[in-house]
Amino acid sequence: MYSAKVMDHFANPRNVGVLADANAVGQVGNAKCGDIMKIYMKIEDNIIKDVSFMTFGCGAAIATSSMATELVKGKTVEEALTLTNKAVMDALDGLPPVKVHCSLLAEEAIKAAIYDYKKSIGEQVTEDNFACNTCCHNKKCE
Amino acid sequence: MKHIYLDNAATTQLDQDVLEKMKPFIRDYYGNPSSIYSFGRESLKAIEQARETVASCFNCRSSEIYFTSCGTESDNWAIKGICSSHRAKGKHIITTNIEHPAVLDTFRYMKKIGYDITLVPVEKNGIVNASDIEKAIRKDTILISVMFANNEIGTIQPIAEIGAIAKKHNIVFHTDAVQAAGAIPIDVKALNIDLMSVSAHKFHGPKGVGALYIKRGIVIDNLLHGGGQERTRRAATDNVCGIVGLAEALRLSVENMEKNNAHIKAIRDAVKAGIEAKVPYIIYNGDETNRLVNNINFCFKFIEGEALILLLDMKGICASSGSACASKSLDPSHVLLALGLPHEIAHGSLRLTFGKDSSMNDVDYIVNTVAQTVDRLRQMSPLYESFIKEH
Repeated sequence: MYSAKVMDHFANPRNVGVLADANAVGQVGNAKCGDIMKIYMKIEDNIIKDVSFMTFGCGAAIATSSMATELVKGKTVEEALTLTNKAVMDALDGLPPVKVHCSLLAEEAIKAAIYDYKKSIGEQVTEDNFACNTCCHNKKCE
Repeated sequence: MKHIYLDNAATTQLDQDVLEKMKPFIRDYYGNPSSIYSFGRESLKAIEQARETVASCFNCRSSEIYFTSCGTESDNWAIKGICSSHRAKGKHIITTNIEHPAVLDTFRYMKKIGYDITLVPVEKNGIVNASDIEKAIRKDTILISVMFANNEIGTIQPIAEIGAIAKKHNIVFHTDAVQAAGAIPIDVKALNIDLMSVSAHKFHGPKGVGALYIKRGIVIDNLLHGGGQERTRRAATDNVCGIVGLAEALRLSVENMEKNNAHIKAIRDAVKAGIEAKVPYIIYNGDETNRLVNNINFCFKFIEGEALILLLDMKGICASSGSACASKSLDPSHVLLALGLPHEIAHGSLRLTFGKDSSMNDVDYIVNTVAQTVDRLRQMSPLYESFIKEH
């Protein structure tokens, strides 16, 4: 049911672990729904120098976390904010319909980390209302 | 690569001896058992012999055994058939909250068309209290349906007690014995069972064939209408080779039950002890002793079951989980939730079900692979990360 790319990123996740010198952390999802994503970033000169993730969740949740970190690594903060769940899905050659919410979780986790960074440097942030913090299986995911 | 099949509650491999018995009826004896000419009689004879065999395994008359297409059909027939035939007496039916979907979903359908249903909750150990079943009985109760053994956690329900209660109150008693048949001795007379569902592929028979025991004298409407097969109670051309396979598989399972169960239990106990020794922060689901000898069900805290199953599969181990992601629904298994487990813990469940062909030689590999895989997933879990920080 998963593409070869999803299986690869699930079995060999990139950028997994806690980033010791991170200056931004974002977490979305909740344990009740069965998935939580936590993104660590080291941002210097407006560029994401390093990024890592910790994920509690299914195969697709781990694979989308891995792919999302790959997609934003080395990017500017503004570029990373344009990452969409569709881009994550496309990069993984698609996801089964019931797993689309995992890609949304990945998009929101990246955004949450960047908002954390912006706040830490005193920037005003208008945060999205993260759908996945209340329940990942909402209409936005379908 | 290794191939270790630990999902015998999902289905089992067709026994080679059973296949040999079935072979003549796949092609050679293709005559319709309902035909008059002698060629069809070979098929008819085989079916009637199969019926005798099944009846002798459950201590009933052969005329009380009806062949169906699967356990699900048997459950549907039992529930819908009694609801229909007894509707003048009442419209209340009772079951538990850990039944297989074949029963639970049929109950929900009966509710939708106007019947009252009561789902009696089980205790924390996954076993229903027979007195709770009795308390749920009303004047208009027409059916009690309680599974013999649970498919996820293996717990064995107090069927004898519930059978006696149903008899006392003159209520029809059905049991879904899909997991129990061939695994534990069943005497339908001694247990006061009125209707019982079984499925061949759970005891090394073929897929696509089941049976319903209907006690003589029980008035039940048909589910399938059409031809006059199964003494006019179940229309459809008989699945001759499937029926032959069901009977032979059941006969072998019952004949070798003691030997097989001792073998299966030894492996199950070794794997359980090994995992408990190696993996911290786990919960063993279901009663420790009053359960099928082939079943292990653990919840591993801080991880999710589907990821665990996929990684075990990469190491050659076939297992299953009650996590939401594995079940294709939004909630984790209703059985694990019925035990009182919170959602986040129920998501991390692993079911291993052993069989007669499981090998003691695989125990170390299974234990080590499960332990390593759980640890690997915990190392990337933010829940584990914060738990370790706090402790």
